[in-house]
Amino acid sequence: MKRYRYHALALMGLTALAVLLAAVAAGGTASSPSAAPKVTAGAPGSVSVISEATGPEQKSFQAVLARFQQKTKIKVKYTSAGRQLVTILSTAVQGGNPPDVALLPQPGLMRDFANRKALKPITFLRGTIVRDWSPGWLQLGTVNKTLYGLYYKGANKSTVWYNVGAFREAGVQPPKTFPQLLQVASTLRASGTAPFSIGGADGWTLTDLFENIYLRQAGGKKYDQLAAHTIKWTDPSVKAALRTMGQILQANNVAGGTQGAVQTDFATSVTQAFSEEPKAAMVIEADFVAGVITGSTKAKPRTDFNVFSFPSIKGSPPSVVGGGDAVVMFKDTPASRALLRYLATPEAAEIWARRGGFSSPNKRVKASVYSDALTRQTASELAKAKVFRFDLSDLQPSAFGGTVGQGLFKLFQDFLKNPNNVDGIARQMETAAARAYKK
Amino acid sequence: MRAHGVAAAFLAPALVVLAVWIVYPTIRTIARSFFDREGSDFVGIDNYKALFTTDLLVTAIKNNAIWVGVVPALVTAIGLIFAVLTERVRWSVAFKTAVFMPMAISLLAAGVIWRLMYLQDPDQGAVNALLASAKGVVSPAGALSAAEPSTPALTGTPGRGLVLQRPLERGAVARLGLTAIPPAEVPGGAAQAVDPKPVEDGITGVVWRDFKPGGGTPGRVETQELGLPGVKVELRDPGGQSVASTTTGADGTFAFEDVEEGQYRAAIGPSTFAKPFGGVSWLGARLITPSVIIAYIWVWAGFAMVVIAAGLAAIPRDVLEAARTDGGTEWQVFRRVTVPLLAPVLSVVFITMLINVLKVFDIVIAVAPGSTQAEANVIALAMWRTSFGGVNDFGLGSAIAVFLFVLVLPVLLLNVRRFKREV
Repeated sequence: MKRYRYHALALMGLTALAVLLAAVAAGGTASSPSAAPKVTAGAPGSVSVISEATGPEQKSFQAVLARFQQKTKIKVKYTSAGRQLVTILSTAVQGGNPPDVALLPQPGLMRDFANRKALKPITFLRGTIVRDWSPGWLQLGTVNKTLYGLYYKGANKSTVWYNVGAFREAGVQPPKTFPQLLQVASTLRASGTAPFSIGGADGWTLTDLFENIYLRQAGGKKYDQLAAHTIKWTDPSVKAALRTMGQILQANNVAGGTQGAVQTDFATSVTQAFSEEPKAAMVIEADFVAGVITGSTKAKPRTDFNVFSFPSIKGSPPSVVGGGDAVVMFKDTPASRALLRYLATPEAAEIWARRGGFSSPNKRVKASVYSDALTRQTASELAKAKVFRFDLSDLQPSAFGGTVGQGLFKLFQDFLKNPNNVDGIARQMETAAARAYKK
Repeated sequence: MRAHGVAAAFLAPALVVLAVWIVYPTIRTIARSFFDREGSDFVGIDNYKALFTTDLLVTAIKNNAIWVGVVPALVTAIGLIFAVLTERVRWSVAFKTAVFMPMAISLLAAGVIWRLMYLQDPDQGAVNALLASAKGVVSPAGALSAAEPSTPALTGTPGRGLVLQRPLERGAVARLGLTAIPPAEVPGGAAQAVDPKPVEDGITGVVWRDFKPGGGTPGRVETQELGLPGVKVELRDPGGQSVASTTTGADGTFAFEDVEEGQYRAAIGPSTFAKPFGGVSWLGARLITPSVIIAYIWVWAGFAMVVIAAGLAAIPRDVLEAARTDGGTEWQVFRRVTVPLLAPVLSVVFITMLINVLKVFDIVIAVAPGSTQAEANVIALAMWRTSFGGVNDFGLGSAIAVFLFVLVLPVLLLNVRRFKREV
């Protein structure tokens, strides 16, 4: 009897252990789609996808993926990482267990992963991209002469959203040039409405503003040099752009003053400009502002809010600073390839375009599919721009260009607090850039 | 032998868990901290050097020192005070529940609550709203708090009052144009502004919103521009002394009659332009760490109170009675009897808080907005930010983790030793 009990106990211990190990193993396979490569040819297989998209964006992307699943019978497992995408992906790659496919919001991140040899080349899509995308996008998807990224989604960051009522009240028209913009700002101020609403608590709103000024004022060539850090941040062109930026960031130009703006996050900066008692007239941010306005205020397109392109500086040609999400492949399986081929078709873009909040850099996507006139306008500006450049901060090492509380985000916030300190900020930017590039 | 087997069988699951999730990661992290960001090159102690030379990380270490210095002591003290006081009040259960309630909320949620309460705009942030209502009683905001002069003819600053630069004599017309007045701030009953006619023995004038859609011509009273009623205008002599004052009408006009010969200046006093309370910048660079600490104490005070109250209940009453019978005052009893008897409980609370505070993370990320997270940085947040949150430098991140581990270790050992003593 005693002996039996001993066995039973040992068995219980071992069972517990076995259960535990099984759980570990199951956890391993559940999060790892490594089973995919093993599917025999002809069988549909499955593919795992991860992206930042949450909420309505996630629903739209899942609609795109559902069509793929329906057409190919390949099972798609979608994970939304939200703002934690970088964290989740870095950890998964570090642990040797990444998803099959991911939508990366920053080229810097793609370069990071490519350099770590975590990405698989997508050379099989080269022909399609050369034919259907403008040349800049091919370049952006390429690291060390190998094509890794397909720009499925684009964003036009050269847009200024304005409160139609506030413009009417002040009797001003959307400006075409930068001096006109400053004139409009001063008239708005006299009318008692702060001209600009700035979401300074999120540093990227400020880098976007700087990039728009820099691209127009210094030109595409300098922009590329600065992006690659072949000219320094103390370059006269940078200081000139900072001075121009300072004209916008004067305390009486900004809702809540500059100190208030530093604590205003992006979403609030939009809602406070388009709520029923607006605190400001303009928000200088990307096409996705429209989604925030319609999602969290009662404002209607055209009658309550409208958009104009970031004004030209000293006769600069129509220029667009853009962003975009690149599809990359961590595992080269037939299912992954099929998904990438599908995402390169106009059909895949049109599903999301019809649902709104989306611009496609694919030239073959028809303008008529965009759900509303404002998106059609911003999307066609993105496609037609004479000068197109990718968001400069996204091209930087992320410690410098994409981390909360340090690098460019932090320094532009310091600049917002004191827009006269051009030389000091430029010097600090150069120091931070030098450190980030050294690593 | 058999007993050992049984023990091993029972321990095995726990040991496996410990080995997989504690021992292996610890060793791996220590090893990783000596490699660069890619993990391929051995860099010796470079990461540890970077830890003490990077401004951002030095700020984090300094802030952690502040946390360690302030929070455990304050939480223990507040917990002690609450515990002792609640023993004597009638509604002690209700009071204890209220103080303990925050413990039921996650630190992240508590952080979000305080982030909203700390917002600078008194219309949004509860803390500033409270201050604003207090300030509103002491020094109320002026009727035209946002106004600015429309032309350089009006000098001074809204903060010190605006003065018409040109001296006035009898028969002159004073035009005091103001702009930047939001439509909502135009006083009720305002009518189309009127450019007043000069009068022989007096000075007339108008205060108006010198703005119409498109801007208009500054300095000129035009159609569609509204008068500003109810504004107090002063007439000052050359020495700056106010000799007369009047209030504007619905069309913005005012008149000083029977003015003596001489030169005067028209002015609007600063009270008209007094700014409403703009709010304390709780989330700004200067106050962010104290603000986060207050939120943290709010959460943990309840824990301290409950633990200390339990300790208090266990103190033998006769000892306290004896002290009182011997003629000790309440304060002496508290200082010399209660606190020493409570010492073991107080040290448990203190040490628990010490360990918690060294690892503080979530409340900082929840309360501090992006623009002041650098100023609010603490070691655990810096570790996360460096490893995953953008910098993606696992080498440096691991070094920060090891540093934090080394800091927590002595406190942990102290605690373990105390446990052993108590058993």
